[in-house]
Amino acid sequence: MSILVNKNSKVIVQGITGSAGLFHATQCREYGTQVVGGVTPGKGGSEVDGFPVFDTVSKAVANTGANTSLIFVPAPFCLDSIIEAIDAGVELVICITEGVPTLDMIKVKKYMEGKDVRLIGPNCPGVMTPGEAKVGIMPGYIHTPGRIGIISRSGTLTYEAVWQLSNLGIGQSTSVGIGGDPIIGSTFIDILGLFEEDDDTDAVVMIGEIGGSAEEEAAEFIKDNMSKPVVAFIAGATAPKGKRMGHAGAIISGSSGSAKDKVAALEQAGVTVCPSPAEMGETLQARIS
Amino acid sequence: MNIHEYQAKELLSNYGVSVPMGKVAFDHEEAHQIASDLNTEKYVVKAQIHAGGRGKGGGVKIANVLEEVKQLAEEILGMNLVTHQTGPEGKLVGKVLVEEASQIEKEFYLGMVIDRATEKIVVMASPEGGVEIEEVAKHSPEKIIKEIVDPTVGLLPFQCREIAYFIGLQGKTVNQAVKLIMGLYDAFVDNDCSLAEINPLILTKDNQVTALDAKMNFDDNALFRHPDIQKLHDPTEEDPTELAAKEWGISYIKLDGNIGCLVNGAGLAMSTMDIVKHHGGEPANFLDVGGGATTEQVTQAFKMILSDSNVKAIFVNIFGGIMKCDTIAEGIIAASKEVGIEVPLIVRLEGTNVELGREMLSQSGLNIITGKDMREAAGKAVEAIK
Repeated sequence: MSILVNKNSKVIVQGITGSAGLFHATQCREYGTQVVGGVTPGKGGSEVDGFPVFDTVSKAVANTGANTSLIFVPAPFCLDSIIEAIDAGVELVICITEGVPTLDMIKVKKYMEGKDVRLIGPNCPGVMTPGEAKVGIMPGYIHTPGRIGIISRSGTLTYEAVWQLSNLGIGQSTSVGIGGDPIIGSTFIDILGLFEEDDDTDAVVMIGEIGGSAEEEAAEFIKDNMSKPVVAFIAGATAPKGKRMGHAGAIISGSSGSAKDKVAALEQAGVTVCPSPAEMGETLQARIS
Repeated sequence: MNIHEYQAKELLSNYGVSVPMGKVAFDHEEAHQIASDLNTEKYVVKAQIHAGGRGKGGGVKIANVLEEVKQLAEEILGMNLVTHQTGPEGKLVGKVLVEEASQIEKEFYLGMVIDRATEKIVVMASPEGGVEIEEVAKHSPEKIIKEIVDPTVGLLPFQCREIAYFIGLQGKTVNQAVKLIMGLYDAFVDNDCSLAEINPLILTKDNQVTALDAKMNFDDNALFRHPDIQKLHDPTEEDPTELAAKEWGISYIKLDGNIGCLVNGAGLAMSTMDIVKHHGGEPANFLDVGGGATTEQVTQAFKMILSDSNVKAIFVNIFGGIMKCDTIAEGIIAASKEVGIEVPLIVRLEGTNVELGREMLSQSGLNIITGKDMREAAGKAVEAIK
């Protein structure tokens, strides 16, 4: 089963004629994902590397039956592109683009209220169900099909966790990068809920970082709703206060956002927290054995 | 991006927010001139740096007569102002705001932030002004009112009235507060702020609601649509290396340790600092070369790390996704040719084109210590400086 994406997902790429869009559309197809086309306004009717291109998302959906959209359009246009995808009835929208203004995301989230759609990102590596579908920019070869779910605010740190698990012979059901921005489409809680209900997931690795309180909220949720074991790592324990560590979301401001508070909240919720980023795989292995 | 108090007050006054009369001065003669144009009995001279706690650090002074303004401006300009937000090294003051001194009846707090939990703009206010809102939140949370803004309708006047009554305003001052809060909100959304803070908001002895201080931060991701705000950027407020890094698309933050770190991805970069510390070492920096770095960017990143004389070893930790390992290898080789890397270089490569990257490094003739994973490489990096 897995969550969000699988071998039946039909994916269109918004911004498919851009260099990043085309490169990753091709990579996803090579992995075995059904990439059924792309959207670039003004280039409808053409074809690029075997992908049919449409002017609008609604035309792409009508012609291909796509249910998933992968967005690579530049940040200033993401508000428009995300809502266009939702309006066209796409069930799952994955926005890879980095640098989307926060006030735009407030509008997107308001627009999504009450609609039956899921948004992942922005500023994320995407979603991967090993052996079935890669809908994002992660390197395919590091993944192994299996039964561990992964959720992460960080891109490369997700790869690190996946790689550690694969090297221990532990496969993954689905790996979800939720993105490092202050306001994102799906939170830890949303994805934890999906993994809890997924028959093919036995345990979850959750990778958080300093800033905000998403990890504390996730801890509350885990305490009350998760029967499956959860292992976590929080990046940025050694980060100084008041300095934004790359991600717009990763900053310790005032009294909130420190790694120490997050670790404490998670441990209280029964989560096993990894002592170092090199031990995510081993900690999970110990927890499920 | 942050701006100065004087810039924030200028911006806000365009939105109908009441602020004291005043202007920025770059030398004491100018300060005197500005003061002599003000119709007031007392004056205030305020250091303009991007940090709070200026008053306690001696950066805000009251002049009781016009002649005193020049002397106070001379004292403050050029001083190294140390506050709880500047760090022990302090900040050099290059400009002062000269204002009419206000007769304060009461001080309040007013702030706007983007609340991640509700995913909306939240307006906060408190009758406890002039102190840090985090302290109020800790000791007397009941003294803070929060109004959540629905993005469909924006901030509404009734919400501002709720705030005004909560902080204890009455009569005509309520309407003044409503106008001020609405103005602040319009400035916030028009300019893509991430934070706006009036602390303190004051009621003067002659019943005027005025912003005595103003702090505004802007969403870096939205600056592309605000060229006028970009112009307010003051490069002297930033660490020159961090600023240069930004121009190269590299995210660099200097720290106090001696192991330089070169990483791709913010999360992995933070984790690399964490694991260096876990093995008993001290990271010299946070450095994220970004997802799709080029050979030039990697070379530049090496130069930045090496510009820090504390660096005794460099730890390269790359997990290639979009970033290909051969690009990193090329950057390492180019950088060592260009700048010469005299300190031990510890490299851990994984991900896209990893075999090619490793081969390029091993054939380069460079003296590189390799680590098969993050743990081994971090251990070797810490070992290398002993």
